Amino acid sequence: MADFDQELDASGLNCPLPILRAKKALAGLSSGQVLHVIATDPGSVKDFEAFAKQTGNELMEAREDGGKFYFLIKKA
Amino acid sequence: MSDEKKLAIIATKGTLDWAYPPFILASTAAALGYQVQIFFTFYGLQLVKKDLDVKLSSLGNPGMPMPMPMPVILQAMPGMQAMMTSMMKQKMKKKGVADLEELRELCIEAEVKMIACQMTVDLFEFSHSDLIDDVEYGGAATFFEFAGESDISLFM
Repeated sequence: MADFDQELDASGLNCPLPILRAKKALAGLSSGQVLHVIATDPGSVKDFEAFAKQTGNELMEAREDGGKFYFLIKKA
Repeated sequence: MSDEKKLAIIATKGTLDWAYPPFILASTAAALGYQVQIFFTFYGLQLVKKDLDVKLSSLGNPGMPMPMPMPVILQAMPGMQAMMTSMMKQKMKKKGVADLEELRELCIEAEVKMIACQMTVDLFEFSHSDLIDDVEYGGAATFFEFAGESDISLFM
């Protein structure tokens, strides 16, 4: 997995909290830095895609492993 | 910021289940870069009370999934509303659904503008001190000022 600058564990949280927490975490990063998000909400897969598309932040990676979802988001 | 998208919501319901849609959509839209306004009117005013204490009822709502089948007349028994509200809150907590107060706080943080309908505030004899300080007061014309240039308008 690629390097990241900050990690956000949103495990156990349901829609829309993973997105809201990620937005908050990204606000603290500078352009080009990468946020690693861990989530358990299956809806977050589509939601992070939509979030990236609408905010311009880049979803570099999205993968599932053992019921958890991992996202790498690069701040625009 | 004229290229910013705008979402206008009218919130008219004051039950626990109907409290979620406006706050979920408003906070998410704000996170996506929308400018958001919610106009609270009639029972929706309950959602901007300082003491956020909304309840749930299965009465008149045959769509509500029940833990066991129950005749409607029993659902009307004293204490049933409190019991259902507490069961739903427990379930939401267990499933990681956001706490309502937290969600409202996130909306305020994200600068979602909240307008309370002055006419219904008067009708229900609420005072401005019953409602959170972040709320502004206005009427239908105030809503249209924003809704008229919104990309999305939702009535809930």
